[in-house]
Amino acid sequence: MKAPRLISLILVLALAFGLVSGASAQDVSGDLEIFSWWTGGGEEAGLNALIERFSELYPEVNVINSAVAGGSGVNARAVLTTRMLGGDPPDTFQVHAGEELNALWVEAGLMEPLNDIYEENGWLDDFPQGLLDLISDDEGNIYVVPVNIHRSNVLWYVPGNLEEWGVTVPADWDEFLNTTCPALQEAGVTPLSVGENWTQAHLWESVALAELGAEGYNGLWNGETNWASPEVVGVFETFGQILDCTNEDRNALTWQDASQMVAEGRAAFNVMGDWAAGYFLVDLALEPGEGFAWAPSPGTEGVFMMLSDTFGLPKNAPNPEAVRAWLSFLGTPEAQDIFNPLKGSLPANTSANIDDPELYNAYFQEAYEDWTTNVIVGSQAHGAVAPQAFTNGFANIIATFAADRDAASASASAAELALQTGVGR
Amino acid sequence: MISSLNRDRVIAFLMLLPSIVLVAIFVYGFIGWTGWTSLTNSNALQQLSGQPAQFVGLQNYTELFAGMLNNRFRIDIVNTVFFTILFIALCLSLGMGLAMLLDQQVKGESIFRTIFLFPMALSFVVTGVVWKWLFNPSSGLNVLPTFIGLQPFRFEWFISEQRWLEFNWQDLPQILAIILLGVVVLAALIAWSRKRSQLAALLAAGAILLIALISFEVPRQLNALSRPETHGFNLALFAVVVAAGWQMSGYTMAMYLAGLRGIPEELREAARVDGATELGVYRHVVLPMLAPITLSAMIILGHISLKIFDLVYTLGGGDNLWIDMPGINMFFTTFRAQEFARGAAIAMIMLIMVAVVIVPYLATQLRSEVER
Amino acid sequence: MTTQATTRPASSAQTATRHDRDMGRVIRRALIYLALIVLAILFLLPVYMVLVTSFKSIDQVSLSRMWEFPTEFTLESFRRALERLLPNVRNSFMLVIPATLISAFLGSMNGYVLSKWKFRGANVIFPLMLFGMFIPYQSILIPLVQFLRSVGLYGGLGGLILVHVVYGIPITTLIFRNYYTEVPTEMIEAGKIDGAGFFQLYWHVLLPISLPGFVVVIIWQFTQIWNEFLFGVTITGPESQPITVALQNLAGSQIVEWNVQMAGAFLAALPTLVVYIVLGRYFIRGLLAGSIKG
Repeated sequence: MKAPRLISLILVLALAFGLVSGASAQDVSGDLEIFSWWTGGGEEAGLNALIERFSELYPEVNVINSAVAGGSGVNARAVLTTRMLGGDPPDTFQVHAGEELNALWVEAGLMEPLNDIYEENGWLDDFPQGLLDLISDDEGNIYVVPVNIHRSNVLWYVPGNLEEWGVTVPADWDEFLNTTCPALQEAGVTPLSVGENWTQAHLWESVALAELGAEGYNGLWNGETNWASPEVVGVFETFGQILDCTNEDRNALTWQDASQMVAEGRAAFNVMGDWAAGYFLVDLALEPGEGFAWAPSPGTEGVFMMLSDTFGLPKNAPNPEAVRAWLSFLGTPEAQDIFNPLKGSLPANTSANIDDPELYNAYFQEAYEDWTTNVIVGSQAHGAVAPQAFTNGFANIIATFAADRDAASASASAAELALQTGVGR
Repeated sequence: MISSLNRDRVIAFLMLLPSIVLVAIFVYGFIGWTGWTSLTNSNALQQLSGQPAQFVGLQNYTELFAGMLNNRFRIDIVNTVFFTILFIALCLSLGMGLAMLLDQQVKGESIFRTIFLFPMALSFVVTGVVWKWLFNPSSGLNVLPTFIGLQPFRFEWFISEQRWLEFNWQDLPQILAIILLGVVVLAALIAWSRKRSQLAALLAAGAILLIALISFEVPRQLNALSRPETHGFNLALFAVVVAAGWQMSGYTMAMYLAGLRGIPEELREAARVDGATELGVYRHVVLPMLAPITLSAMIILGHISLKIFDLVYTLGGGDNLWIDMPGINMFFTTFRAQEFARGAAIAMIMLIMVAVVIVPYLATQLRSEVER
Repeated sequence: MTTQATTRPASSAQTATRHDRDMGRVIRRALIYLALIVLAILFLLPVYMVLVTSFKSIDQVSLSRMWEFPTEFTLESFRRALERLLPNVRNSFMLVIPATLISAFLGSMNGYVLSKWKFRGANVIFPLMLFGMFIPYQSILIPLVQFLRSVGLYGGLGGLILVHVVYGIPITTLIFRNYYTEVPTEMIEAGKIDGAGFFQLYWHVLLPISLPGFVVVIIWQFTQIWNEFLFGVTITGPESQPITVALQNLAGSQIVEWNVQMAGAFLAALPTLVVYIVLGRYFIRGLLAGSIKG
């Protein structure tokens, strides 16, 4: 008897909610072009689920999902700049919180402040202050709505496979290089899988964090750590030794390919952001804890390297009303709970239902714990701490280093690049 | 009648005028604009926020050739040189071979010709997508030999990291001087053998001067790069050469075939009557007549290889430095890194390279036409 | 030569050498055909790969069975490729048809003027025009984007059509100029004496014999514009992207469905292939015109 009543209550509530949102939805119509680089796997599924729900709320809005392929947005950003310069901005676009947003789009005055949306929805208290700082300017204008929090420094593996090969999760890179890697190579397994250029830069930042510590790593971005110092040369040296423990066909692999190598038992470990959890769960249908497991990347226990995907409203967007409706929806706990379990990320809104084990599995519960207790640093490879210009130049330094393995030269080049792009000023 | 003729002349010019104006703006105006951009510090931030660009002189160019962070551009130049040589060699030899085979009055010639030429009708993007699949190291082209009982190839194609002929960029002036020396010595020998002793003596003097310069390491001091930097022939380029050769060698075949058909049968017959073998006919009659076609083909293929973009983009994306080319670098520098001035400088260097090949060609082609 | 030899009474030694020569000839012919067939097979390998892969379903596509025939034929990948590429195929047709027709008309007009109404300075203007077809388009790309933005043509098909028409002027002009140069000047002169004007001469004298020229130019421009990528990727928005850009995007996406990619490649190649196979003669003529000497 109880259950039907509960259901009818939910129905009534849903109806009421539907009516309320339906009323506001009537004013919003036209096309809404959403620009992102989410074209595959859990991220595409998450975006599609968001769009589906948004279309229920705003049936008059015709959503155009224009996603450009290429992990971490490498190609998408090229297309985006061309379109922004061409005076043809999409209605809203994906951008990483932090310097990627601030140093270009906000600096050039191309984004609309969204403080009213935050105030209307009471989000100023719902989003962590540290995150809001990353997406605001000095005057307190907030420019984007974060949909998620990702962790960059995660080591992925399959527990059963490690047992079979007789290795354990390495605590730091020393252990990995001296014990884990030789043992796995002996067993004929790739010790660490890695993919194309940006995934190598992604691996680099985890190595740098481990070798320099959180303070030293942050120093790279606030000017306290010298890029040409012996410590940074040491990071490159370690990174080079680690590359020797990776697959040779890396430049032909996407991050999914590299993750798949772990899932299929062709490689033992992979360092990737926790969007890999979405891939393991959604695409490969693996059980967390059995089919795949995780640990902080070696030597980074207690530190959470974060990045956040956000959406904003560019000036001259063709349909700003629809964008405002979309952004107001994106920040809600409902939207965050739709998107994040599929994408494999944490909700940025603290009032989302992170405790619900139906939505967020063991990985997320644990990651959320870390997010709220660990030391937080920003990801370089994903635009949180360095501007686009630095990230682009650094991609080249990584590619060159992968070829010539000259640590001193790589460190000197990075110092020059930091100088030219104003990193650490 | 004369006045109507004059009126018609005016009409004729007016009909041509729109095209002249369009080409003047879209080709020469825009090239000038790009040239100007390459002398400034223009980038996305500066443009998006509407600040004026500042004039910086040749700074972008010196950065590209000697800047620590622009090794990618130097890789591109080296790649382009090796790619161009191999691509032209493959297309010419394959194209000429095919043309000669088809010139033997074979049955089904048109079917064969259609097969060899059809890749020309495709987009480089299609070629790239298909060959990317074929280059898969574990199962693509590499397993072909196993079908006839051989060992599979072990080559990683466009992701190979092997490199031959390594050299230090700082030694480049020295290397170029030595190559130049070789050319001068060869020219001197040829001049001498043809009894043009004055020219030979002049060239020999030049050679001695070069030897002196090289032995005192004068060219080495021309290099502005502050650190050693290794370059070389990346074997991954073979992948691009094979895919591009597959697409373009039909073109050289068509050119040669047209040339072969243009050689009067009487000439060959005359040579045969003089007792030449079939091979001899080719060596002494046919090949010399094909020389101008070879030159044309080299120039057309050369300018294509200097500009190559779509194929490499599809094969390697933007970050595979092993097969990177200036066209790709320009695209990514401009639109991803948003360094417009730097991108413009790369574009201008590409233009200069193409112009060096094309302008003399155009000039001679058109002059010979006037003489005709 | 051989007939002569047979009519002559031959000694046994002569018969032997003739026999040897015939054997040599047969072997030589056999080797020629063998070489041609082997090369043809090599040239067709990618086609084989496209076809076998695109008729497979996704679970049949695996690296280890890459060269094998599909165990069962399915059109699934074509359906999926069409689903994703159809709007772009439409864009490409809407781009190619007007751009080709306009540039053919412009080229024919320019060729007529430059071959039959030579004026002072034409010998300077023509090569300056021709140079435009060899430039790397990167060297005009940055101003082009800025220009199109300022005139409001950025992002749509209109801008792309304009760009292809403009950069098609050199080659179309060249082909028509060479074509009309072959037309005897006497025909024009006779017309002039009869009092025919500029347009009448074009309409009544040149146009009726221009069909082959138009076919060459239209095929050439159709193929070039259909296959073009750089302009397509830089100056169009997502709704107006031509097929090549969409195909590249499909190939770059994360989940590597090779069967769909191969089906997509096949679809992207089909129109130009059909044109080539049906009208190959004219295609080759355009190709050779590209090397200046018509």
